[in-house]
Order: sequence, then C-alpha cells, then structure tokens
Amino acid sequence: MTDQDYNFAYLDEQTKRMIRRAILKGLAIPGYQVPFASREMPMPYGWGTGGVQVSAAVLTPEDTFKVIDQGADDTTNAVSIRSFFQRTAGVTTTTKTSDASVIQTRHRIPEEALTEDQILVYQVPIPEPLRFLEPRESETRKMHSLEEYGLMHVKLYEDISRHGHIATSYAYPVKVEGRYVMDPSPIPKFDNPKLGDMAAIQLFGAGREQRIYALPPYTQVVSLDFEDHPFEASKADHPCGLCGAEESYLDEVIVDDAGGRMFVCSDTDYCDARQAAGYKGKDAA
Amino acid sequence: MQAETLSGGFANPAVQSAHAFRSVMEAMARPGTLQDIAGAEPPAPLSKAAGSVLLTLCDTDTPVYLAGDADCDAVRAWLAFHTGAPLTGPSHCMFAVGTWEALNPLSVYPVGTSEYPDRSATLIVECEALTQSGATLSGPGIKTNAALSLPSVQAFQQNRALFPLGLDFILTSGSQLAALPRTTEVS
Repeated sequence: MTDQDYNFAYLDEQTKRMIRRAILKGLAIPGYQVPFASREMPMPYGWGTGGVQVSAAVLTPEDTFKVIDQGADDTTNAVSIRSFFQRTAGVTTTTKTSDASVIQTRHRIPEEALTEDQILVYQVPIPEPLRFLEPRESETRKMHSLEEYGLMHVKLYEDISRHGHIATSYAYPVKVEGRYVMDPSPIPKFDNPKLGDMAAIQLFGAGREQRIYALPPYTQVVSLDFEDHPFEASKADHPCGLCGAEESYLDEVIVDDAGGRMFVCSDTDYCDARQAAGYKGKDAA
Repeated sequence: MQAETLSGGFANPAVQSAHAFRSVMEAMARPGTLQDIAGAEPPAPLSKAAGSVLLTLCDTDTPVYLAGDADCDAVRAWLAFHTGAPLTGPSHCMFAVGTWEALNPLSVYPVGTSEYPDRSATLIVECEALTQSGATLSGPGIKTNAALSLPSVQAFQQNRALFPLGLDFILTSGSQLAALPRTTEVS
C-alpha cells in the first residue's frame, strides 16, 4: 500500500517536473551534467539521494523496482531504498535482475545483460570527473565547454609513470559520443565496457552535487586510455567461491583471523541464480 | 471562464504525469520510436499528446511560447489554469508549441550556451501524422538506424551541427509522440 501521507513516490509534482526536465536534457546531451535543484531527502547526502530523486521522477505504479548496493540486494542501503519506494510509491520490488523494470544501483552494473525494457539509475557521489584535478566549478565547466581534457590524460599518465600501468580501478573516466568526459560513478572499471551500447536507458543522479546526467541506449562510450597502454577491464583472478563463475566481478571476503579469504560474486542475484542452477564453487557449503 | 478551461487536466496528476513522462523519456532516449501518451484533453488546436507533454513538463518555472494557431484564448486560459506557465516570445521560451510552419524560423530560439547547453528550448511540433518512414535517423539511442516522418531534413541537420548546443524536438500527433534530440543525425 502507498503511504497516503505522501505524494506518489514521495516527491511533490513540481519537484518531479524539474527533475524530469533535467533528465530529458541529460538524454539530449549525453554525458553532460545538467544542474538540478536537489531536494532534502529523508536520508543523508551520500546515501543515494541523487539516485532516489531520479527514481522517484521515473517510477510509475506498475514498475518493478530493484536496488543494488555494490551488487548486493541485501545491504542496508539497498534494503532501505527498496522499502522506501515500496512504501511511498507502492511499487513491486524484486531482487531478480530480469524481473525489474527500474534498477537503482550503487557502484555496480548487474552481470546479466539489461534489456530495452529496463532503466538503470546510478547513485553518484562526485559527478565531475575533473573535480580532483581542478576543484573550481567555474574552471571545470569551462574545461568541458572547451573540450579541454588534457589534464585527465596527464592523471592517467602519472598513474603509468608511478605504477607502470593505469592504476585507476574504479570511477574510470569515459568519453561519451566523442564529446563529454564523464564519471561513470564509482563502478569498477570491469563494468566500463557495459556502459556503451547498452539496451537500457542509464540515468545518473548526484544529490549533494545537484547534477543529473544520462546515457541513452546504444550510446558510444569509450574508456580513456593510451595506444601503448590500452584500457583493460580487470577483476580478481579467481573463480567465485560459491558459484564458480569465472566471468563475474568478485568481492574479496576475509573469513578468519588467519589470513583466510574467499572471492565471491559481487552481484548477489547472479550468484544466487547460478547456485540455484546447480553451479558450485570450491567454498560452497 | 469557459468550462473547457477547467476541464481536460490530469484527473490523477501524480500517476498520469508519471506515465506521460515515461512516454516522453522513452521517445527522447530512442529517437524514431512512436510512443502513446494520454491524460490531457486540451482545447483545439492542441493535440492530446501536446497537451499531455505540457502538463507533464511545464509549470510556473517554464516560459512557454505558443506559436501560430496555438496562441488562442482557449489554449492560453487552459495552460494558465493547469500549469501556471508564463507565456513569452520565442527567444526566451523553454518550451514552444505549434505547427512546424508556425514555429519557424528556428534561429530565434535559445540553443543554450557552451557552458550550459541544457539551457535550450524544447519545441513541441504538432504534426498531421507520425509514421516510421521518411528521413533516416542515426545516433545515440538508435541501434543501427531508424526512420521517422519529419517536416524537414535540412533544419535538423543544421541543428545537429550545433551540438552540444541545439534545440530538442518532441513531435506530436493525436495521442502519439516521437522525439528528436539534438544528437540525432538525419539524412
């Protein structure tokens, strides 16, 4: 049941219109960060307020909603946002990727390929890829307008000179349709290749930083790299301890005080589905 | 005040505007697709689709330009009652609505600035009919290519050349709509 004390999906209609206009401009200018008047939400900044506002503007009562936090459906952030929309929008919720029509995510893209009937909403902490290189908003805005992205390549080059390879492993910068450099949110660079040519609509919401940006389906997204140091989507070199998957992104879990550890799929739905289908890893009970 | 001024809005604004927005968003994200949209019953000459788009996206924060026949007392009163959107000329509007002929020339609408390309107008173009034939479309949101009946080819090519500046278009006919963001290549 929808909680009658609130408007459908919590936000008032004028706020939703403002967010919806920002989403449309974001889709029309892929990778460009559209400023929006982010609202106070009943959760602290940094807990996905941007993603929540975008989801609230996008949801219809018929949607099936899924939330993942670093791939997991059962962590605090995911559980609380899921129940928030269950209560304020009356939507059906699910943990199954293929059943969901709107998926809000913190820092992962589901392993299962998304379809044209799905929308992926990212929670973004720092939307500006140049922010740690240039703290002034007035300057980074100018850099985007002039397509002046040399500084970003210098940063990647410094990685190479210091570590021998590009050490940036998450929030790895991408260039969208050959124009805007975009922060894909802190997804592991393992997920970067999925950003481009995705069938689903991808929306990015940064609440504290008051920015919304978007990738329409089938958009060209290229991870920045060098000819002699090409981009590489990396993951821990192990199979999943529970389901034995070789191709999925893994979390390292410390299991005792003696240095014991195991690697498990970060996408819990993917791992559960494989285990249910009979796949077993070496650490499976 | 006439009865049609007060009627024809969303009966259930939160839910109907959510559905209407999804149609607009799908159209903008997938140029060349036709989407159904419903909810509004605006006075003539506005189509249901154009009326629904206006109710979904416009309010007191969005100056609207009514072009040509759309600029009549019935539409003015209806828009004022249901959205409160201020009416303005083409050079300061966020949304404009009218037929292709009435909306032209396109050079007068704001196309954004290089630092804020989002500060550009969205044109709601009323069309006789919308079909997935005619001009060939490609670009973001389109897997290989798509086709859409467009009132012009050259105008959209010129608009594309302005990227990342430019206008975005929502094409409406009856209770259907399609969209053409500035990124779409038209040939």
